[in-house]
Amino acid sequence: MKEAIIKKSGKIRRRGGKLAYQGELWGMAALPVLWFIIFSYLPMFGITIAFKNYNYRKGIFGSEWVGLKNFEFFLKSNDMLIVVRNTILMNALFIASLTICALLVAIFMYNIRSRKLVKALQTSYITPNFVSYVMVAYVVYAVLNPQYGIANQLLNKLGIGGVDWYSQPKYWPIILTIVHVWKAVGMRSVMYYAALMGVDETLFEAAEIDGANKVQITYHILIPEILSIIVIMAIMDIGGIFRGDFGLFYLVTQDSPLLYSVTDVVDTYVYRTLMESNNVSLSTAIGFIQSVVGCIMVLVTNFASKKIDGDLGLI
Amino acid sequence: MIKKRISIGQIVLGIIMVLLACAVIIPFLLILGVSFSNEQDIMLNGYKLIPEHFDLTAYKYVLQNPRDILQAYKITIIFTIMGTFLTVFFTALIAYPISRRDMVGRNIISYMLLISMLFSGGLAPTYILNTRFLHLNNTIWIYIIPSLLSPWYIFMMRTFFSQLPDSIVEAATIDGASQIRIFYKIIIPLSKPVIATIAVMTFVGKWNLWYESLLYIDDYTKVSLQYFLQRMMKNIALIKEMNDMGMSMSTAITIPSETARMAMAILVAGPILFVFPFFQKYFVKGLTVGGVKG
Repeated sequence: MKEAIIKKSGKIRRRGGKLAYQGELWGMAALPVLWFIIFSYLPMFGITIAFKNYNYRKGIFGSEWVGLKNFEFFLKSNDMLIVVRNTILMNALFIASLTICALLVAIFMYNIRSRKLVKALQTSYITPNFVSYVMVAYVVYAVLNPQYGIANQLLNKLGIGGVDWYSQPKYWPIILTIVHVWKAVGMRSVMYYAALMGVDETLFEAAEIDGANKVQITYHILIPEILSIIVIMAIMDIGGIFRGDFGLFYLVTQDSPLLYSVTDVVDTYVYRTLMESNNVSLSTAIGFIQSVVGCIMVLVTNFASKKIDGDLGLI
Repeated sequence: MIKKRISIGQIVLGIIMVLLACAVIIPFLLILGVSFSNEQDIMLNGYKLIPEHFDLTAYKYVLQNPRDILQAYKITIIFTIMGTFLTVFFTALIAYPISRRDMVGRNIISYMLLISMLFSGGLAPTYILNTRFLHLNNTIWIYIIPSLLSPWYIFMMRTFFSQLPDSIVEAATIDGASQIRIFYKIIIPLSKPVIATIAVMTFVGKWNLWYESLLYIDDYTKVSLQYFLQRMMKNIALIKEMNDMGMSMSTAITIPSETARMAMAILVAGPILFVFPFFQKYFVKGLTVGGVKG
């Protein structure tokens, strides 16, 4: 009966006009497609600005061509080395710390029997994920404020003496890593937790009878079972290793120039080149390099994750 | 015997995890504590989680002139609600056609979306487009239009649509219903879970916008709530610097700069922080809705 209806409907559709049907679908998609052309593809053509010396008065078409001068300038500059190093090193720190911390949290959660407690814990771990980096910057400021902050109160009590945090670059890789993990660990541990819940319990029943303890079961059975998901998440993060989290590096550091030597990343550099130096062409050129490298990274990591598990990966 | 051993382990584990949860939440409570503190106590002893003297001066000071914060609230509520509605609507509008397997050219659209995920023009060309060509700067539309669509959400919704039984659409087509009618009479009501997930994620994203204000808004009556808070960090620092330079010692006492800053943060972030836990399940759902493949 159902099949008959479906067959009939196919005929009706053909008679009623396949063209009308396609027209309706394209009519619906038209506006969103137009949006993508304007907001996603037009800026891609705007990359021509990188090969020009952009002048606000002359506009894109009126500004003169300068070839690869902007690219040369950036690639030969000292800033390039610092900014690229910071972006990659900080992201590498983030990826490693987040993976380890989230995995630990997920495994601990997995061993808690009370579902209610697990849910309450998850809610508190996820809370920082919902707030903006503006709020995060306030929280960090409350801790690190040199005069009144909690960190210096503690250091003073211990007799070590306070630190002027916002002018000491050497502490910031650790501070930013803690902030990043604090903000992201809830979400990521929920993912790992869901994967752990999917592990077949019969797998370690035998091991338990043989007298294996929790740590052994976790290490030899649980982690290998969810390893592919852990690796895929890490690989996806590596795909974005050339992109800096602007809010984190700009707001949480209070955009303190004294910290640039470790906290200046590609995204903050592109922003300052555009908004503070007003060098539109140079900013475009750096953004273009970032986009190309980012694209290659995503494609490579996507290929890698497909090798691990054919069902995963973006494309 | 075994049961007893487990329960002790459970208690220890529970305590560790609860302490960790406290460590995650306490920074927010610190801000709350400071906002209710007496400015002099802060000056003497620094920020404290529990105020030495409960004091509402900071709130009184901040709310003396509530016009600016109310304006920021108004702008943010408007663009969050409008933006969430429009994003969900247009996401569904493109997700439905490309979920139909017999649509001619659906692959072209899918590839168009994929490429936009992989590559972008970058900040500067986007900035020029929004300011020089579309003139979205200093309008509320800057919060809504450039971030209207995300390929992630579109693929998420398309996956959901394509999992709905085909026969429903087929049956409706026999009755002579147009695709647009099928879309809003059948597909939308059946897709409440995915719509709720995307709506909640968009809502949180919009509520937290500040970058748009930093880049595009000079008119202070149109800044978002988060950016308003960000400027407060800088403005109060400015007032404080003037005081520290010894402009006048009397104002240094009358302006409770440290507590007022934190009171402002509570007024901005507080109300919504109580709502967010209820959003949790939608976020978790969003994570597990995989299958983005094209």
